[in-house]
Amino acid sequence: MNTEALIPKVGVVTKITQETPDVKTFQVVGLDGKKVFEHKPGQCAMLSVPGVGEGMFSITSSPTNTEYMEFSIKKCGCVTSWLHAMEPGQQITIRGPYGNGFPVDTEFKGKDLLVIAGGIGLAPVRSVINYCRDKHEDYGSIQVIYGSRSKDDLVKYQEIIEEWENDPNMIVNLTIDREQEGWDGHVGFVPNYVKELNPDLSKTVIMCGPPVMIKFTLAGLKELGFKETQVYTTFELRMKCGIGKCGRCNIGNKYVCKDGPVFRFDQMDELPNEY
Amino acid sequence: MQGMMLNRAKELLSDGTVNRVLGWQAGEFVYDITPAVFETEEELDAGFVYNGFCGNNLSKYLVKETLKDGKILVFLKPCDTYSFNQLLTEHRIDREKICAIGIPCDGKTSGEMLKAKGISGITGISEDADNFVVDTIYGQTTVAKADALEERCKTCKSKKHVAYDELLGEDGEILDSHRFDMVAKLEAMTPDERFAFWREQLSKCIRCNACRNVCPACTCEQCVFDNPKSGIAQKAAADSFEENMFHIIRAFHVAGRCTDCGECSRVCPQNIPLHLLNRKFIKDINELYGDYQAGAEVGTRAPLTNYTQEDVEPSIVYHREGK
Amino acid sequence: MLKISLANLDALFAAIAEKEALYIPTDKAGQAQYMRYENGMKMTDALNTVRSAKDFFFPQTENLVNFKVSGKTIEIIDPRTEHEDFVVFGVRACDVRSFSILDKVFLLSDPVDTYYENRRKHGTIVSMACTRPSETCFCGSFGIDAANPEGDAVCWKTEDSLYIQAVTEKGEALIEKIRPVLEETDDSAVEAQKAATREIMGKLPLAKFSTEKFGGEVLMKVFDSEKWASLSEACLGCGTCTFVCPTCQCYDIRDYDTGHGIQRFRCWDSCMYSDFTLMAHGNSRLTQKERFRQRFMHKLVYFPANNNGEYGCVGCGRCLSKCPISMNIVKVAKSLEGDL
Repeated sequence: MNTEALIPKVGVVTKITQETPDVKTFQVVGLDGKKVFEHKPGQCAMLSVPGVGEGMFSITSSPTNTEYMEFSIKKCGCVTSWLHAMEPGQQITIRGPYGNGFPVDTEFKGKDLLVIAGGIGLAPVRSVINYCRDKHEDYGSIQVIYGSRSKDDLVKYQEIIEEWENDPNMIVNLTIDREQEGWDGHVGFVPNYVKELNPDLSKTVIMCGPPVMIKFTLAGLKELGFKETQVYTTFELRMKCGIGKCGRCNIGNKYVCKDGPVFRFDQMDELPNEY
Repeated sequence: MQGMMLNRAKELLSDGTVNRVLGWQAGEFVYDITPAVFETEEELDAGFVYNGFCGNNLSKYLVKETLKDGKILVFLKPCDTYSFNQLLTEHRIDREKICAIGIPCDGKTSGEMLKAKGISGITGISEDADNFVVDTIYGQTTVAKADALEERCKTCKSKKHVAYDELLGEDGEILDSHRFDMVAKLEAMTPDERFAFWREQLSKCIRCNACRNVCPACTCEQCVFDNPKSGIAQKAAADSFEENMFHIIRAFHVAGRCTDCGECSRVCPQNIPLHLLNRKFIKDINELYGDYQAGAEVGTRAPLTNYTQEDVEPSIVYHREGK
Repeated sequence: MLKISLANLDALFAAIAEKEALYIPTDKAGQAQYMRYENGMKMTDALNTVRSAKDFFFPQTENLVNFKVSGKTIEIIDPRTEHEDFVVFGVRACDVRSFSILDKVFLLSDPVDTYYENRRKHGTIVSMACTRPSETCFCGSFGIDAANPEGDAVCWKTEDSLYIQAVTEKGEALIEKIRPVLEETDDSAVEAQKAATREIMGKLPLAKFSTEKFGGEVLMKVFDSEKWASLSEACLGCGTCTFVCPTCQCYDIRDYDTGHGIQRFRCWDSCMYSDFTLMAHGNSRLTQKERFRQRFMHKLVYFPANNNGEYGCVGCGRCLSKCPISMNIVKVAKSLEGDL
């Protein structure tokens, strides 16, 4: 950990890709053209536009990407609006990595993974998907159930259909909320789709999406026979410091920035439902 | 008086006139009173209190309370009734959901006021007509009420209730209590002296927002100081300029609407005499536009929001030499 | 044991101020507050300052980093300099303990907060035993001895003299520097003073107050209590309790455009504020009840859960004196403990 935890480094945004009408993916490197720091899948970084403020974002690229980091960011507030207005070559500041990340070296080893995501919730889990793809000898199969409001709102759609769907080790199930012209895939909400697909109970589940999706999907998984001890999620609460000191991102006595953002659902049973 | 209030509250609760009672709840040390909503006679018996330490102006709580279903009984001291009227004028509270009982007040004090007299280790306080008798672990002390009163009560503007459904006890009179004397003193200072006075006071500010949050005139759904888009939503003053401006902007915003209830100064943990800023505005309004007391009546247009041909011209500022 | 007559206190302060920056609690604008010592300044008779002594290590605002932005490029500037050595004189036992609570957050849990560390390293704390505690005092509930505070050096005040004793190396170094103005004496006056203070502490109305039923083990039970709604009902959502509290350490980080560059500063924040947990898409603590609950849960449950049972309160009583609606940790704990 950087001892000057609150002083960021300069990052250069080298490429910006419009993913959906309100999501862009930013490629970031340091001033030396290399990655600013190494991270684990599921960890986050604090990005900022000086004068506007800082924001915590999940690192969506896999640690196996040796060239740059990527952040898929939805435009919804002050900092994100500035980031969205930016052009390649613009410098930002970056500090991190923060959080525990997914237990890819321990609990995920050798497991079949079921990744369930909704909307921008794909961003944090994409890093673990691509990490496990790149190190497929250490993991079992990967099933991804991913839903969004519409086809246009599916983040990383090109990567999904060109790479993930052609990966023999992966099953990809996409769904959108409502019928749409040019979409012949599944239509319906994620929680129902998960129940329909009735995934194998041996799988380890990774879930990220809006709170309402998490709530109903978790209930659905339990109905199917999944245990809370096999379901992981990653949280987002307001953060300022990223190092467990500024005092706002706690759920009970756990700080999301430091003890999280990844939690296993059985751990949440002993914590207040304040997220 | 506490007994009469308690009985009336119970009657109105039990006959269904009201569903809740907004009053004051006893604490640990006689003086640490908390505003509270009582829903049953048992709750009232357990904690309802009215004494010389019930300083909190309850009228602002009606904003929140009248959004709920049912009718609420509120006890209003004379000065609280002005805030009550002002809130009605500004359509912040629903009159239909309120039963207002006017109660007399002979001035309030606080634990802090007693401690400022060097009293410490308080274990009990009793009142007679003119004195507080304070028991402490260091012995007993008697303090004349007149000496111990909050500054706002020493310069009380009115013992008269300007709004109520019922009145307990006798109504009082509007008083001439020289409340603008200190403002006049400040006006008589040189600009440098006055600046030094305010800098010394305002530099104590810790931006806790207690003055704003307690103020019955501050009922904006989102305050400009909480709006990140305003550019001034800092939680701390970046410099002395901002330190001053927080209070000056607030004083401007409540000008013409401030009833001079004095809650801002009562709650300030740093004892900044914030009411003097508001009284300066009130004094100026009285002098420039004719006597006006915010909250004296419901529905009046304050001079600052009401144009008349007789209004003073902006050049008055120069004629008054910046005072 | 060393002493100096109270009449000579000026000489003691002058001797310290000659070597290091000295801060003493003094009366200014009608309030007791810490000020940098100047010749002739008198120490307050007040029991304690309104603002706690945490300001010395964790100031209300502090510049973290500066940025120069030109076109697409950003230059990062670390604005810090080595902090000057300073002495804080007359810190009460409760406030001294608050430093060790702040240490747990800023120094002892990884990563170290280097801003705090910088100040802490250069500060020497001279504590002052209490002689006239107030009804709002309950430091004893947290094992703090008001008669014998912690600190780098400790002082006791009697009718006519100030007694001083070093506790740490820093304290010894300080006393070495001011040794010429002090005279050697025995412990008897101090021991008598300690006994007198302890007797008073035992008579205080909150002498028996205890938070021992709280802690990490009862987390959900306390959180789920139905009493939070009525306890928080009158809360104004101001930050008074948090800002006068010596152990509250939550902060915000904000950017300020000076016109010549960007200053990123941190400032005290309050969990009582509505925007504390506000995000672009929602708020995890929607009403004042949740915000109010967070503050007391932090002190009585979360902090002890993470720090071997130590509570995040030192019983200084500031929130008891200063809350505009007189709601405070004592009332909250007394109300909730019935359910535990």
